[in-house]
Formats: sequence, C-alpha cells, structure tokens
Amino acid sequence: MSINLNVPEMSNKPIDKCVTKLKVENASLYYGSFQALRKITLEIPSCAITAIIGPSGCGKSTLLRLFNRMNDLISGVKVEGNVELDGISIYDSKIDVTELRKRVGMVFQKPNPFPMSVTENVAFGPKRHGVKNRGELDEIVEKSLKQAALWDEVKDKLGQSGLALSGGQQQRLCIARVLAVEPEVILMDEPCSALDPVATLKIEDLMRNLAADYTIIIVTHNMQQAARVSDTAAFMMMESDRAGVLVEYGPTAQLFTNPKDKRTEDYITGRFG
Amino acid sequence: MTTYSSRKITQRTAFTFLTLATVITVVPVLFIIIYTIVKGGGALTWDFLVQFPSQAGKAGGILPAIIGTFYLMLGTLVFALPIGVLAGIYLTEYAKDNWLTRLINLAIINLAGVPSIVFGLFGLSVFVMAFHFGLSLLAASLTLACQALAMVITTSREALLSVPREYREGSLAIGVTRWQTVRHIVLPQAMPGIITGAVLAISRAAGETAPILIVGAAFLLPALPTSPLDQFMALPYHLYTVSAHVPNMPKETVWGVALVLLIVVLSFDILAAAIRIKTRMRK
Repeated sequence: MSINLNVPEMSNKPIDKCVTKLKVENASLYYGSFQALRKITLEIPSCAITAIIGPSGCGKSTLLRLFNRMNDLISGVKVEGNVELDGISIYDSKIDVTELRKRVGMVFQKPNPFPMSVTENVAFGPKRHGVKNRGELDEIVEKSLKQAALWDEVKDKLGQSGLALSGGQQQRLCIARVLAVEPEVILMDEPCSALDPVATLKIEDLMRNLAADYTIIIVTHNMQQAARVSDTAAFMMMESDRAGVLVEYGPTAQLFTNPKDKRTEDYITGRFG
Repeated sequence: MTTYSSRKITQRTAFTFLTLATVITVVPVLFIIIYTIVKGGGALTWDFLVQFPSQAGKAGGILPAIIGTFYLMLGTLVFALPIGVLAGIYLTEYAKDNWLTRLINLAIINLAGVPSIVFGLFGLSVFVMAFHFGLSLLAASLTLACQALAMVITTSREALLSVPREYREGSLAIGVTRWQTVRHIVLPQAMPGIITGAVLAISRAAGETAPILIVGAAFLLPALPTSPLDQFMALPYHLYTVSAHVPNMPKETVWGVALVLLIVVLSFDILAAAIRIKTRMRK
C-alpha cells in the first residue's frame, strides 16, 4: 500500500553497494531487570546516513549508545547479542573502549561545549590523544571547524568561550570537536531538538556533506528530518513490557512511501506517536 | 472575599514568623562579634600581636599563639586537602554505587559528627604514642586533619557532582579516558568549590581547642616551634587558659585574644566566600 507523504529531496543513494560498517545481531539490553532493547538485528551501511525513528521511550537513544558503549556508564547495564564494527565485536573483553569511542564519536541532544575557548574545545580530543605540536593542533582546529561549517563564523573569536556561541553554533562546535579526533562513525542523538529551524537546516546540510566520508547514525523525533537527511531508516517501537524492538528497517524512501509493517504506516501517517 | 483575606492573614503571619526566626539567627552572631570588638578592641595593639607573653599572659603579646595557629592550619591543610580531594574524586568518579560505597559515604558523614575530644584522644594514642611523634605540631596537625577530612571529602564530592554530566559525556564520547576527563574537565570546574570547602575546614580546625589540648598544645613556651616535632602554642588553647586558669587576668587581654582568634577564623571564612562569589561571576 502506498501513502501520500510529502517527502522532499529523498536521497537515492544506492545503499546496497556500501559495505556494512556496523552490524547488530540479536542485541538485547537490560537496565537491571528492565529490558530496554529486545533482539535488535540490523546492518548499518558505511557511506550513508541512517535515521532511527520511533515514539518516545522506545529505546532509540539506547540503541545509538550501543555503538560507542556509552551505556556502559550506567551501572547495572547488561548487553546480550553481538555488535560489530568492521567485523570485530565491540563488546569483546579485549576491546579498548576509549579507542572505540575515538572511532565512533557522538554528538548529543543538548549542545555541550566545554567551558573553554572555541579552539580549546576542538583541540581537546587531539591533545588528549597525544598531539602536542601547537601548529599541528591549529591545523586540526581550522580543518575541523571548516568541516563543521563553523570556521567563517568563529575565525575571529577563536579565543572566546564556546559557551558564548549561539545554540546552533555550539552544536556545530560539538560536531567539530568530534571531527577533530577523526572518527569513522558519528552518532547523533537528536542533534537538532534544542535548535531553531534555521540552525536545524544548517546542521542537516552539514550532515549531508559529511555523509560522503563518515558513517552517520541519527536519532530523531522529527520525521521530516529523517526523510530529508537519511538514506536508510529504522523504525522502533516498544512492546507491552516497554522493551524496544526494531519494527522495520530499510531504505528511507521505501520506509516512508511504502512501509511493509502496519505499525510503521500508522506511525508515519501520524495515527499515534 | 473572606477566604481571600484570611489567606492573606495566614500568609502575613507565616512571613512574620519566618522573618523573626531569621532575625533570631542573625542577632547573636552580630552581638558576639560586636561585643568581642568592644571588649577586646582596646587590647589590640601592635605589641600585643608581635610580642611574647609575659607574667603568665597577663602582659606582653600573643605572637607564639598566632604563629602556632597558622602552623596548625597549614599542617591540617597539607594532610587533609590532598587525601580528602583524592578520596572525593574516587568516591564520585570511580566507585561503583554499591553497599560498600554507601557504607563509606555514611561513615564519612558520621565522621563529621564525632566529638572533637574523641579525635584528640585518638590522636594521643595513635600519633603521639603509637607513632612516637610525641606532643607535637605534627601530631596535632594529623589529629585535626582527621577531623577536617570529613568536611573536605564531603565538599569535594559536592563540587565534583555539580559539574554537569554533559561535560563528562562529551569528553568520554571522543575517546578521552576517564582520568583525563577528570583531570582536564571535571577538576578545573570543581576546583573553586573544593578550595572553598578546604578553607572552611581549616578555619574550623583553627578554632578547635579540645583535641589539641591533649596532643601538643602548650600554654607558655619560651620560643617558636622550630620543627614539626616541637610543642606549640595556639590561640584557642591560650584563650581557654587565660580565661579559666590565670588569676587576676585583665579582662581586656582575654577578650583581645578572643578577638584575634575571631579575626583569623572569620578572615578565612570571608576568603572562602570571596572565592565562591568570584567563580559565580565568572560563569
């Protein structure tokens, strides 16, 4: 069945030609006795933007945090199943979690620049990873800020506090901070939910530009946003015991115009959620 | 209309009582400070501050007691600050939230409630006797540090916990280690709060009489301490002795000692407040 949805600029990237960057097999996650994710299986392509959509509390952010093991920070978390990055299980006991997080960076819902200058914010990661040379750091800062489409706006106030920037600029600064450590995957947890529409569009443009070089996974509440920016989309819901499940996963165009599952159709046509 | 006005009366009554309670709290503090200044202000001369006491404290000055108190504060700080801050960091940033951690936290809170004379007795049997430090500045500093630890740890934990979680997440999410995150993000942010707690803790230690009484304070000494193993004079103990045990003591001198002690303690409290205000303005 086909649904009439006004979906602008749907990307037609041939996702089947991409290699699998992240692979999730039968992953379940528990907070103590509460099951937050149930048997999630999906493969995330390398040269694309993948959107995770679904109603509040369905485990979108939890699924996202599975990829950089941010869930580890919460005590009592247990993960079952398998999550692989480039074919290597990231929940293996031999995995260095800091090394993993360097490869899989994350941008948060609320822009969280550090209380230090714009330059220091961007240079923070590289410095901690051992880059000491001032000239080299300056180069990284400039390159990252340019990549994050922020350079022109901040090049005259690099010494100012990152907290003095506008919300949208702060979020792009956070993206620059992630780019500075040269990750392969960028996770974005509702990166625009605290921003106005103009700032949101800037971030979306930026995401499209970055998609050529990075694997991007975005959690979003905004279905127009998912339709606008993503190549593939995953729709999640919670079951009666509030455990999150993956309902449908596929090319964004297909998920939005020709969903296979009745629940996906109900959600995207606005019947619930 | 009646309900409205009766509610207004209730509100006015409540505010009156709240204001009254506040006034009752403030008045004694102001009264003590003003009374001490009035009674002891006359004794506060340059000679009083820079001379050694003579005639059992009835004449001369209180220099060794002032110096002794500063040495004690320094000694307390040297032991309590690093240990307290490191323990605070461990408990806040690393310790898992389990029964053992909760037990340790409970113990630290209760440590603050242990009567100071008990710390003194502990210091006497452990530092003075078991460790053979004797009656000394070292033993007294360690004793007061044990007591100050509770406050340093508690305020350090509060300062560390007040650093937003978002900063930690932002740092960890780009592959920065936990220790680097603590060292470069959390600690700089928490530092003013930690310093404030430490300053308050040592200003409290400066006023302690009971514990130092039994671990090394002396009433009259001919010279300033030259090593941590020497005995020392201290303002609160000097005040206790001149007010209770020296016959025909001029009242003005007694109040003069009290005033100096008050100035030392209050100036550290004001320093702590200044640090707090300065950081608040910077944010």
